[in-house]
Amino acid sequence: MQTRQPLVQSPNGEVELSNEEIARYSRHLIMPEVALDGQKKLKRARVLTIGAGGLGSPLAMYLAAAGIGTIGIVDFDVVDESNLQRQIIHGTSDLGRPKLESARERIEDINPNVEVETFGEPLSSENAMEIFEDYDVIVDGTDNFPTRYLVNDACVLAGKPNVYGSIFRFEGQASVFYAEEGPCYRCLYPEPPPPGLVPSCAEGGVLGILPGAIGTIQATETVKLILGIGEPLISRLLLYDALSMRFREMKLRKDPNCPVCGENPSVTELIDYQEFCGIPQANAQVDEVPEITVRELSEKLSNGGGVSVLDVREPHEYEVANIGARLIPLGELPERLVELDQDETIAIHCKTGGRSARAVKLLQDAGFQNVFNVKGGITAWSEEIDPSVPKY
Amino acid sequence: MPNVKIPTPLIQYTGGKREVEVGGATAGEAIGNLAQEYPDLRQHLYTGDGKLRSFVNVYKGDEDIRYLEGADTEISEGDELSIIPSIAGGRCR
Repeated sequence: MQTRQPLVQSPNGEVELSNEEIARYSRHLIMPEVALDGQKKLKRARVLTIGAGGLGSPLAMYLAAAGIGTIGIVDFDVVDESNLQRQIIHGTSDLGRPKLESARERIEDINPNVEVETFGEPLSSENAMEIFEDYDVIVDGTDNFPTRYLVNDACVLAGKPNVYGSIFRFEGQASVFYAEEGPCYRCLYPEPPPPGLVPSCAEGGVLGILPGAIGTIQATETVKLILGIGEPLISRLLLYDALSMRFREMKLRKDPNCPVCGENPSVTELIDYQEFCGIPQANAQVDEVPEITVRELSEKLSNGGGVSVLDVREPHEYEVANIGARLIPLGELPERLVELDQDETIAIHCKTGGRSARAVKLLQDAGFQNVFNVKGGITAWSEEIDPSVPKY
Repeated sequence: MPNVKIPTPLIQYTGGKREVEVGGATAGEAIGNLAQEYPDLRQHLYTGDGKLRSFVNVYKGDEDIRYLEGADTEISEGDELSIIPSIAGGRCR
């Protein structure tokens, strides 16, 4: 039944299944592709998931149910209301708790035979190699480029497969980056986009069900690699579009000039991934524009004004929550500048301050003198000034 | 004319269009024409010195043009080009 070398070798008497486990895994045991030997491999396997969020939730739950012996989770976040739309490993009663705690409880409830190992610190160049060392497969469910490149490079250096998944709005990508047998993430994308150019899920949104589809694909690939069955997504990039309900597949090639897995690698140890992704410059850029805090703005407004407030979010966001400001979406701002008065003092806000910083810059470049970015956006307004404004 | 499939993060620059028909005999010409038609796309596809950005990959069918003839990859009627950018989402906060 095996089509390739399994990642985990046959336990040969080292691992046994109890009668409870045999009953639990009966639907696996009657399939020749898994059978008793395969189930023991799963039990012996050690899988590390990076992130207990949208992708990590279905992934960890299915891997637990499937009988993976040890699941490691790296996460340092707490459960927030905005997570519950998709992070199904956490429930409403978990709000405010560390994700590691609620994930552990959920996994142990699904399958008490699973050993859960938790790492409550951000994955870094200092700890990644040591954490990865003890695992057979690394599953990448992160939300940012520095961690993606870090996970990739550490997997290449440690010789481990990286089961990759990524999501945005209605679209997902999945692949298996395994430099021993095919390309790595850097062969596909040698460099990350500059900060701010590609919107994150927090800015762009994501269909709550999407990570379910991609996370279960990652779980499937993980189990296949462990058992050595079927054809893994090595050298293939699977694209999923939930809106058109289409899967497409792109061929991936190993880049002989890849800086990590190529013939003459220039990256032979982990680097500073924040710097690699240009993060410090991004902050500096945002810091350049003049700011006003929500408290200062609130005081100015109640002292008779002298400041007009401009909201540069999208109309559908305005509908969810607004503070009565005038709405001109950032994308329309360049052609609607004539509607604004250069002599006025203008405070610009968005959701958290990113888009409004760009709007301030735009107005400054057009000659406006008194423009301020509302620090923290409408989210800060809701938290510090008026809790009746919903946070989204 | 060949079709170019636009990924979700970039449709805000194509007026919401997910597929655009463009002229051009090569992949480079087609993407160039696309950027001309939708100027806001340009900075997302090209670096300041006019090179295709390294986090944007262009495929003809299911092949990365980097492993065909790059920008000179010939395209003809009915070919499909896809722009596949890197996306980071996953553990969205």
